[in-house]
Amino acid sequence: MVETEKKVMARKLGRLVRAVWIFNWFNSCGCTELLPVVSSRYDMERFGLIIVDNPKHADCLIITGYQTIKSIKRVVRIYNQMPDPKVVMALGSCPITGGMYWDSYNTIKRLSDYIPVHMYVPGCPPRPEAVFQAVGLLVEHVRKLKEEVSRK
Amino acid sequence: MMYVLLALYIIAAPFIVGALGILYGMVLKGIDRKLTARMQGRVGPPLRQPFYDVLKLLEKECIIPENAVKWLFNAAPLIALAASITTLLYLPIGPFPPLFSGNGDLIVILYLLEVPCLAILAGGFAAGSPYSTVGSQREMVLMISCEFPLAAAIIALAWKYSSIYPGLKAFSLTTFVNNPIWNNVGVLGFIGVGILLIVMLALSTSGLGRLPFDIAEAGTEISGGMLVEYTGRNLGILYINDAVRVVVFATLINAMFFPYKLSPLIANYVALPLAASLTIDFLFYLFKVFLIAFVTVTLMRVAFPRYRVDDVVKFYWGIAGLATLAALILIVMDTFFGW
Ligand code: SF4
Repeated sequence: MVETEKKVMARKLGRLVRAVWIFNWFNSCGCTELLPVVSSRYDMERFGLIIVDNPKHADCLIITGYQTIKSIKRVVRIYNQMPDPKVVMALGSCPITGGMYWDSYNTIKRLSDYIPVHMYVPGCPPRPEAVFQAVGLLVEHVRKLKEEVSRK
Repeated sequence: MMYVLLALYIIAAPFIVGALGILYGMVLKGIDRKLTARMQGRVGPPLRQPFYDVLKLLEKECIIPENAVKWLFNAAPLIALAASITTLLYLPIGPFPPLFSGNGDLIVILYLLEVPCLAILAGGFAAGSPYSTVGSQREMVLMISCEFPLAAAIIALAWKYSSIYPGLKAFSLTTFVNNPIWNNVGVLGFIGVGILLIVMLALSTSGLGRLPFDIAEAGTEISGGMLVEYTGRNLGILYINDAVRVVVFATLINAMFFPYKLSPLIANYVALPLAASLTIDFLFYLFKVFLIAFVTVTLMRVAFPRYRVDDVVKFYWGIAGLATLAALILIVMDTFFGW
């Protein structure tokens, strides 16, 4: 019984990871971090990733760059609006440690103090390859989970 | 025995047509995304990406907003999809005649085309979000402005048929299919029908709510408009509905303007068994639908940015309305003077 449940879980994961819809939230120089990934040079649509226009359609929330004390409230609201299952990816060194704004009076220093963050992509700003690597790791993780389930 | 077979046919055929519409719509969506990507110098997603998208949407959580009218909000996607598939039953699928036909089925189709828009519009109002309300109001504006050119175009063609073939049912799609319009007009009429074709192509783009007429969804302005509150299963159904409607509009234009078949041409050279000629015609139909969808969806999407709301109204009441009237006059002149 447990086994079939796990298989169903694995199938669901496999379906979820093939088409990841991304909602991008930024209010900083972070906006430059995702744009090259969308553009024709790196073209993330070939991996089934697209940018959607509102958090309710999204599977993956990408926070690019630092958040101010005001905007972090909006981030929490956006996160709560997204339908399950959802992941959060933080781009840039600012969400990790505060980055070059480490001593600023009005930016938050660590994003995971406010919402669960599943993956940090370091860099200032991170290269598009780093974003792809992050997504690749996500897919790899799901694949491993599936393999484990099928081996049992 | 006969009755059992007939009953089976009546029960099974809508399912087959529905499945065909959904499948081909999704394939067209995949091709559309791939071609768009190629035209923008990208690689683009794999062809089966729309299927992945829908499967994923079906797995996701389905949120119903607290202040929504729940039954209407949930019923809207289903009504939309059902109406789109019903429209397909009134249309001839390649060599196969429509399941339902009769006098005036063209008028039924005209109204059925509006039902999915109305359903999603009602769903948008029921969602109780300011964004979806704005989206629904824009959709209303769009529908009202499309009404006149659409009706005028169909009336012009039907009037032409009623004047050439007084014995036939003018408002029936079967008449259109059996007597291709281009064969029945002179030079003036040819120009008129050409204008009508262009207007119909533009109308089908806006009927589908695609760029440049996607003011009701307008991702970057009102973040998804009518669809803003839809998630999970409901959004998946709307996604499928969107795919089916491309097939519906393309099939309608195909039946009205290009009801040609390939098999009579080939039959001049080689004798074809019935099954082979049906297959060839069916494949030819799929190809024509692809071409029409390519022009109305893909090319328009790549070539044009989004119009403003008032520009859409001006376009349909102004340019498109005048063009249809001019085409109507050309067709009337063609009939009276016989040029
Ligand atoms: S990581 Fe660098 S580029 Fe990104 S928001 Fe911080 S300072 Fe700007």
